Amino acid sequence: MLEHAFMQRALVAALGIGVVCGALGFFVVLRRLAFVGVGISHAAVGGVALGLLLGLPPLAVGGAFGVAVALGIATVSRKSRLGQDTVIGVFFSGALALGLALASAGRGGQQDLFAYLFGNVLAIGPRELLALAGLATLVIGGLATTFRAQLFLAFDEELARAYGHRVGALDALLLVLLALTVVIGVRLVGALLVEALLVVPAATAALWATHYRGQLALSIGLGAASGALGLALAWQLDLAVGASIALVAVVGFFASLAWRRR
Amino acid sequence: MSAPVVHIAGATVHRDGRLVLEGIGFEVAPGAFLGICGPNGAGKTTLLQAILGLVPLAAGRIDVLGRPAAERARSGNGIGYVPQRHAFPPDFPAHALDVVRLGRLHQREGRVRERHAAEEALARVGIAELASRPVGRLSGGEQRRVTLAQALCASSKLLILDEPTVGLDLPAEQEFYALVRRLQGELGLAVIAVSHDLVALAGEADHLVCINRRMHVHGQPDDVIHSHALREAYSCEFDFLAGEIAHHEGHAREHPARATRADDSSALVPRSEPQASEGEARATRADDASALVPRSEAEPSEGGA
Repeated sequence: MLEHAFMQRALVAALGIGVVCGALGFFVVLRRLAFVGVGISHAAVGGVALGLLLGLPPLAVGGAFGVAVALGIATVSRKSRLGQDTVIGVFFSGALALGLALASAGRGGQQDLFAYLFGNVLAIGPRELLALAGLATLVIGGLATTFRAQLFLAFDEELARAYGHRVGALDALLLVLLALTVVIGVRLVGALLVEALLVVPAATAALWATHYRGQLALSIGLGAASGALGLALAWQLDLAVGASIALVAVVGFFASLAWRRR
Repeated sequence: MSAPVVHIAGATVHRDGRLVLEGIGFEVAPGAFLGICGPNGAGKTTLLQAILGLVPLAAGRIDVLGRPAAERARSGNGIGYVPQRHAFPPDFPAHALDVVRLGRLHQREGRVRERHAAEEALARVGIAELASRPVGRLSGGEQRRVTLAQALCASSKLLILDEPTVGLDLPAEQEFYALVRRLQGELGLAVIAVSHDLVALAGEADHLVCINRRMHVHGQPDDVIHSHALREAYSCEFDFLAGEIAHHEGHAREHPARATRADDSSALVPRSEPQASEGEARATRADDASALVPRSEAEPSEGGA
């Protein structure tokens, strides 16, 4: 299958999204941010719809929506007395509704929007691959430079604050990195399934490893493996790639769960 | 005389439009142990947060190691802090050594030195052998020591303890305070501890401050405990019975300077129902007849006559 240039690009993209989601997924699982991921990915769909309507780059608008919603969630849930899950519910449905309402007002575009709901890793062009690689580097770089401070925040926010760490800024940064990751994922596996890569490899890793180094490495490895295996399976069985990648990850999770419970 | 580690003058704090602390002022000298007591809701934890630079002052100032607390907080404050403790997250994916190292993360001094400092801190609190154990699986007492090691790893000059012995049984509490006193002696640490347990605090501290929004009394533990101002702060009466201190007696022998305290120190013993909010903590100490219990607020004030 790798004789085709588009498949080579698809493999690189699938491995890349697996690595990025696996790395960020470690914190998504540790800090229980799974619902934030769902919220941001749905908000991004609203942005993509708006981009399609306005003739702007859909991913850029989707990304801007995702980041705005991430920061909105961080700010409002810190400053109001509402639970974070409640704030997410308000923001993501609002952003999604706005995007869809605007898109329905325009003509056409629904077909294109479909591609962002389910992703299309096979259609990645060389320039787009480069842009996604740039985003991925940004996410990994942001995570690497603040990794242990983020770990401290996950361990005990009060202690992290007492020792001079800027808890609010770290929190917002993590959500922005999450939004950027979602944008990459939306293009490749679709808004509906990016959550699978954000949560499942890290959850599987947490079943096997008890130390963060092991969990992180395993989560990244499982993410990349799900990407590559899912792509190969989709090619062989003529399946939707996003769904195939998500299924591989989920099967890995349940197999691990069964094995660990024996 | 060397400069104070903590200097507080006229510190006033508002929270949610409410006056929480008003005109607090005291100093902590290097190597001194200051106990802060006061009833529930008196602003004790807020005062600690102000010293850590985490809550803004409406008036007055707090200097820690010669710099304003708020400024210090922004650059990583160099204060060791043991917060009022809940258990560690049971499945947190880190070892005790990793958690202790986090206390020094803001100093950005390189991993080798950081690791060395953390190992030394674990050894000082006597749990070097637990370094590579998952933190969530340690016992309550061990977790408390990990937090103490983290605080030592962060600072060798000032330790702040917020209700450090809540949830520990009496031997574990004694052991914890003995450890703190030992570290204080070895390192010349200044210690500030908040506790609702006035008896234990009076047995350990060199000085006591009693606050209830404003500062009611500051002095030697004996003087504070027998002062009218203490009753005023708690809005109730205390009884004193001789012979408390069963559990602080050994400690007094180790610290001759405190022997006088043990001799004359009388336990604070309940006469009637404690305040509901503090009843639970008291109940655990009642067996040992060393509890401090205020008399009901409704009763006329005997000491006030």
